[in-house]
Amino acid sequence: MNVVIRARGLQKSYGGQRVVDGLDLSIHKGECFGLLGPNGAGKTTTLRMLLGLITPDAGTAMLLDLPVPQAAREARIRVGVVPQMDNLDPDFTVAENLLVYGRYFGMQDSEIEARIPSLLEFASLTHKRDAKVPTLSGGMKRRLTLARALVNDPDVIFLDEPTTGLDPQARHLIWQRLRELTQQGKTLLLTTHFMDEAERLCHRLAVLDNGKLISQGTPRELIEQNIEPQVVEVFGETSGQWAGEHAARYSQRFEVSGESVFCYVKDAQPLVAHLQGQSALRYLHRPANLEDVFLKLTGREMRE
Amino acid sequence: MNNRDFALPKLSLRFFPIWQRHWLVWKKIAAPSILGHLADPVIYMLGLGYGLGSLLPTMGGMSYMAFLAAGTVCYSTMNSASFEALYSGFARMHEQRTWEAILNTPVSLDDVVLSEILWAATKSLMSGAAVLAVIWVLGLSHSLMSLWMIPLALLIGLAFASLGLIMTALAPAYDFFMYYFTLVITPMMLLCGVFFPVTQLPESMQVVAGALPLTHAIDLARPLMGGTIPPQALLHIGVLLAYTLIAFYVSLVLFRRRLSR
Repeated sequence: MNVVIRARGLQKSYGGQRVVDGLDLSIHKGECFGLLGPNGAGKTTTLRMLLGLITPDAGTAMLLDLPVPQAAREARIRVGVVPQMDNLDPDFTVAENLLVYGRYFGMQDSEIEARIPSLLEFASLTHKRDAKVPTLSGGMKRRLTLARALVNDPDVIFLDEPTTGLDPQARHLIWQRLRELTQQGKTLLLTTHFMDEAERLCHRLAVLDNGKLISQGTPRELIEQNIEPQVVEVFGETSGQWAGEHAARYSQRFEVSGESVFCYVKDAQPLVAHLQGQSALRYLHRPANLEDVFLKLTGREMRE
Repeated sequence: MNNRDFALPKLSLRFFPIWQRHWLVWKKIAAPSILGHLADPVIYMLGLGYGLGSLLPTMGGMSYMAFLAAGTVCYSTMNSASFEALYSGFARMHEQRTWEAILNTPVSLDDVVLSEILWAATKSLMSGAAVLAVIWVLGLSHSLMSLWMIPLALLIGLAFASLGLIMTALAPAYDFFMYYFTLVITPMMLLCGVFFPVTQLPESMQVVAGALPLTHAIDLARPLMGGTIPPQALLHIGVLLAYTLIAFYVSLVLFRRRLSR
């Protein structure tokens, strides 16, 4: 398969602290690839190095067969970027934002004008064509940012936390649009810390922590490789005491977090049968998901 | 610290779409902007010109009002470029993240900084031309030589835009700019010959004034407004160009360091 983004041994430090530490990545054409990691894991720095916006201390990166940052300008002609924080032009209307942005790619006004109706339609903003940016809702701004990233009809799209801060309706609309883009054969590289987003959208994922890639694969592979298939969550005031006495017997692995006990098991039947006899405890039996993997790999403590 | 930060600027025509962006924004606020270019300098010129001028003898062979007119064009162009490079430039770089959006396209930081300088100089050009128009209407200059004030306004704009961008590159917040206006711009307005000839100052202060860019701008402007070729014109142009080029390079290095995170 055709590799569109390749990183080998990427490294970057700020003020003596390694933010990205020997990162290897290969992202294929037409794939939606997710970079997962807690805050400060090095996701944004990785994106910025792959875009050629910052120079790595060591390692190499290729974007669309061009070395970055050396040939970043040529590479970025075929790339779209949805940044983490909105940076639309507040003085302009929706359509003017697209026109002005297209010019940065060296496009002719007539060429951009011809694309604007379909971009607005894609972003469900046709009725807002002449609205000023400050009058748009958060979801509309994100959709306009996405439309703006498509003005040059890019082959690769970088999305840095594309749905952070959006309500569920707005998120679902963005997800639907991103799926359409992968169906069109575009390559997507996105960062997120929403596991449901990663699970729904991404063909492959990499989990990043402290600048290192700690696991990589399809969502299903990540779950299969890293964690027991079943999870039983046990709640109640006496859950801690229960965990100390019984959890190890019924589960391969368990974690206590406040008044909840997370039991990771291959076969949940004996545990569930046991819990049915414990009237002081409530429980929830479910298949393991990406969030379980993420918490196992990156730990439960806060990153601040 | 990275050696790439010190590379010479790589200039290209890709600055032009950014200049177009600034122009499109400006067109939306043109009326208050033109008023702003005119009101302050013209009120100074008329107030001081009539008020003080009636008490003063002619200055260097011209009325005090005509003397002041040349200084006013220069300091208003200095102010326009400085405000644009500092406050508006900082808004685009930091607050609105306009630069970040642009840098994700095939445009480089060198192009962005060049466009800021050229745009701020464009504001100077507009401001200088507006004040010049008032001067003509008031009959304070009769010479066609005064048309040279228009390219001079551009040159003054380039120099002060580049100097101002150094501050923008260093600024943590808007408050920081007060230092620059209090310690650099206001002293230049008062020491460089806008309101009185630099030769009135004590010897040591004349030396300081002689090193400042606004002095050289005014040394070019005053003869041009009076209809004569400025003495040592090439020297003055050279100083303004040197300020422009050196400050452009310094600001670019500082921006590269600031934005390399």
